Amino acid sequence: MSAYTQEQVNYLVEGKLDWETTMRMLSMPKDADRFRMYLATLQSSLPWDDKIILPISLHLYIAQNKTTKEWVTKCSCGHEFGDYRKNWKLEALVYVRDTPEAMREVYPTLMAPDTNWQVYREYYCPECGTMHDVEAPTPWYPVIHEFEPDIEAFYNDWVHLPLPEKAN
Amino acid sequence: MNKMSRNESGWPDLLGNGKTLKQHRDEVLARTKETGFYNGLERLEFKEADPITYEKLFSRIRGGLVHARETAKKIAASPIVEQEGELCFTLYNAAGDCILTSTGIIIHVGTMGAAIKYMIENAWETNPGINHGDMFTNNDCSIGNVHPCDICTIVPIFWEGKLVGWVGGVTHVIDLGAMTPGSMSSGQVSRFGDGLQVTCRKTGINDTPLRDWLHESQRNVRTAKYWILDERTRIAGCHMIRKLVEEVLEAEGIENYTKFAHEVIEEGRRGLQLRLKAMTVPGIYRRVSFVDVPYAHDDMSLASAFGKMNSIMHAPCEMTIRPDATWKLNFEGASRWGWHSYNANQVAFTSGIWVMLTQTLVPTARINDGAYYATEFRIPKGTWMNPDDRRTAHANAWHFLVSAWSGIWRGMSQSFYARGYLEEVNAGNANACNWLQGGGINQDGEVHAVNNFETAACGTGACAIKDGLNHNAAVWNPEGDMGDIEIWEMAEPLLYMGRNVKTNSGGYGKFRGGCGFETLRMVWKAQDWTMFFSGNGYMNSDWGLMGGYPSATGYRFEAHKTDLEARIRDGMSLPLGADRNPQNTQYERHISATAEVKRDKQCTTTEAIFENHDLYLNYLRGGPGFGDPIDRDCASVEKDLNSHFVLPEFAEKVYGVVISNDQDDVWVVDVAKTAERRKKIRKERIARALPTRDWMKEERERIITKHASVQVRHMFATSFDLSVKFKNEFKAFWDLPADWELLESELGVPSFGSKYRMDLSKLPDVRTVTLVEE
Repeated sequence: MSAYTQEQVNYLVEGKLDWETTMRMLSMPKDADRFRMYLATLQSSLPWDDKIILPISLHLYIAQNKTTKEWVTKCSCGHEFGDYRKNWKLEALVYVRDTPEAMREVYPTLMAPDTNWQVYREYYCPECGTMHDVEAPTPWYPVIHEFEPDIEAFYNDWVHLPLPEKAN
Repeated sequence: MNKMSRNESGWPDLLGNGKTLKQHRDEVLARTKETGFYNGLERLEFKEADPITYEKLFSRIRGGLVHARETAKKIAASPIVEQEGELCFTLYNAAGDCILTSTGIIIHVGTMGAAIKYMIENAWETNPGINHGDMFTNNDCSIGNVHPCDICTIVPIFWEGKLVGWVGGVTHVIDLGAMTPGSMSSGQVSRFGDGLQVTCRKTGINDTPLRDWLHESQRNVRTAKYWILDERTRIAGCHMIRKLVEEVLEAEGIENYTKFAHEVIEEGRRGLQLRLKAMTVPGIYRRVSFVDVPYAHDDMSLASAFGKMNSIMHAPCEMTIRPDATWKLNFEGASRWGWHSYNANQVAFTSGIWVMLTQTLVPTARINDGAYYATEFRIPKGTWMNPDDRRTAHANAWHFLVSAWSGIWRGMSQSFYARGYLEEVNAGNANACNWLQGGGINQDGEVHAVNNFETAACGTGACAIKDGLNHNAAVWNPEGDMGDIEIWEMAEPLLYMGRNVKTNSGGYGKFRGGCGFETLRMVWKAQDWTMFFSGNGYMNSDWGLMGGYPSATGYRFEAHKTDLEARIRDGMSLPLGADRNPQNTQYERHISATAEVKRDKQCTTTEAIFENHDLYLNYLRGGPGFGDPIDRDCASVEKDLNSHFVLPEFAEKVYGVVISNDQDDVWVVDVAKTAERRKKIRKERIARALPTRDWMKEERERIITKHASVQVRHMFATSFDLSVKFKNEFKAFWDLPADWELLESELGVPSFGSKYRMDLSKLPDVRTVTLVEE
């Protein structure tokens, strides 16, 4: 079993870990303590102190609201998207690139999809404007609820960490 | 009462226990189902009792498989095999379950196993018979093969008169006599244009290929020379491995070998579950991908009018990882198979997933059918990845296979990210294409066909800690290589006028996708020559991850009547190097002003005539990006600009950098101004966007009024027809009226296959093998 220091995990999250250690992480059995250390790294980098339950995207977390103890989906800027079981995208802002002109803003001519076939849906945080996701479906496609984690099983049976209180 | 023995009744007792091969396989399956352990192996007794011998067996066999592959491929002349390594060898137990495999295109772990299982199910031991020294050849897509150009040779292994297993070897041949040249042709609407297809045919006895097979097969393909050497490659590898197994049996005994041949599969099954628990998060993951089938175009010549339409292939993926670390991959909602050559058999679809997972979840040499037994697949019958009609064409199944799996990539990566294993995150891969194909009379005056495998080196997806790799790999062949120019120029009558990184092809992101590359080819010393394009253009199959963009889509460039012969003779300028910015065309400045140029998004075409000195751009795609592009550090964007990985216009617009070009033509990013610009971009985003629920009201109206292109409506109509669940979920999401329906019959396009279909199982004396929940 491999083991890494908190400092190495910090560098990993920053994208600055040396290649030799990165290779070791890739090729050796996984370090079981990574999740706990990962949470510590992320928690220290955020402007808010609600407890992170599970990171779900580069700037999105399932977090425990420290006042209500409800688990919510939360942006790194602090904006809350509501109950963690609901699809956060429905509470976001969306910009749909469904015309050639809108596609032309992000790709050279001929290197973007034809919007009669495919559109790009960019989901933004209403508060800070971070682009959390780019969907690339056909027109009409339902907004995809990408991830419904089984957090209880994960904490209790997989990583054996105390499950934070949940009010909702 | 006297009873006839198996032998006397026409059933050879191959296993030496009085059971037929099917009875044996059925018992293995029953014990597996009953206990949840492969073949009922709750304990790995041999491994536990004698781990050293067990590991010795593993290492010796695995090493032998890899050695056989590396040695045998030197026999091949085809650059697809010899340069790109498009071959693999796999060892099976008597039930046809994979024990171990070599490196290479390991999708064929499952496809060759499916062929063996087909022989077992259909009593091959009685007719045509299974004996020591036999060889069987299979490339039949209706029983599991990916596409007909993957030819496999299967050799039974006997020990002291009893069947103890099988070895299979596969190579991807350059041509197999489809209606158009090249191994992955488009334009045929059914199996009957896919080329030579052989169903587990006995093609050799006493270790010697049969002469009728040799004569018949060689004249049914265009590239006979490569065909012969490819077959010798497969036979040599199989015989090397058979000899190895015989040596192992001599040294370790049949009892240990038999135990090993089953325990290692159960170990593989457990191994996958352990990895799931060690690396992922339990839960439900949903993703989807698509690919375009743009057949309503003048450059798609079809012999059958009912295939002449635009359509979209649809692959929704729901991945469920349960608390007990079992898992299920569900593709309900996929669209129906179509009248094109992009259909796939259920085994091709499921087996290919292991190619991908060995690069992330199970990066181990112990990949075998244990992983299959650890996975539940749901693939409804009638979908493009599990057709219910025996006419379907599969020659270019990779058109969508590669990206249909991308949903699993992204779901897995979500899981790795949540768990903190950022080093494993991969936003996806390029939809590996274009496939440059064609044929005619080559520079040596021979009938010839080409399928250029530069596409084995596309851009890879971005990771959560670094950029994707440029022009490096393809998901279907983890050892991908673009091949040497000098070799391709020997194999193809096409000179290289350029080979460069494809600017702006990698998906934008905090970490960008790897860029693809492009090669400009000029036809040279060919006669009666044709070529065509094969790739995605109107759609992008691989999405970005967590705010990253998909990679750029494909486009087509070809030029005819270029006058390059005269320009070369007169020492005039020539089109060389990259097509760096397709909106600022350069090639056209160095060919005749009256040249016929095609620049468009029609990246799938059928055979077009190419004269000597005509041009063809082979654009190999980039990979998708990870994370919001305005999080990308300025130094990386600067490096991208100066390496021609991104065009300045899009560095400014997408990455939000403020740049200048100094006196040495070096791009410089102003960090302070960029920070200010990025703040504005955030505000611009908020200003131009709508609350998602408001936008949904607008989109709902478009659905109510059925406002969408025919291909979009056709995709949904075929998915609805195959899955009531998918239709009901769609209607519930958009809150559509109960009587809202979308039927194929209302679209005004041909609907052959929508009502009347005939499955392979309806043929007489055929027992098909089903390996998924349908």
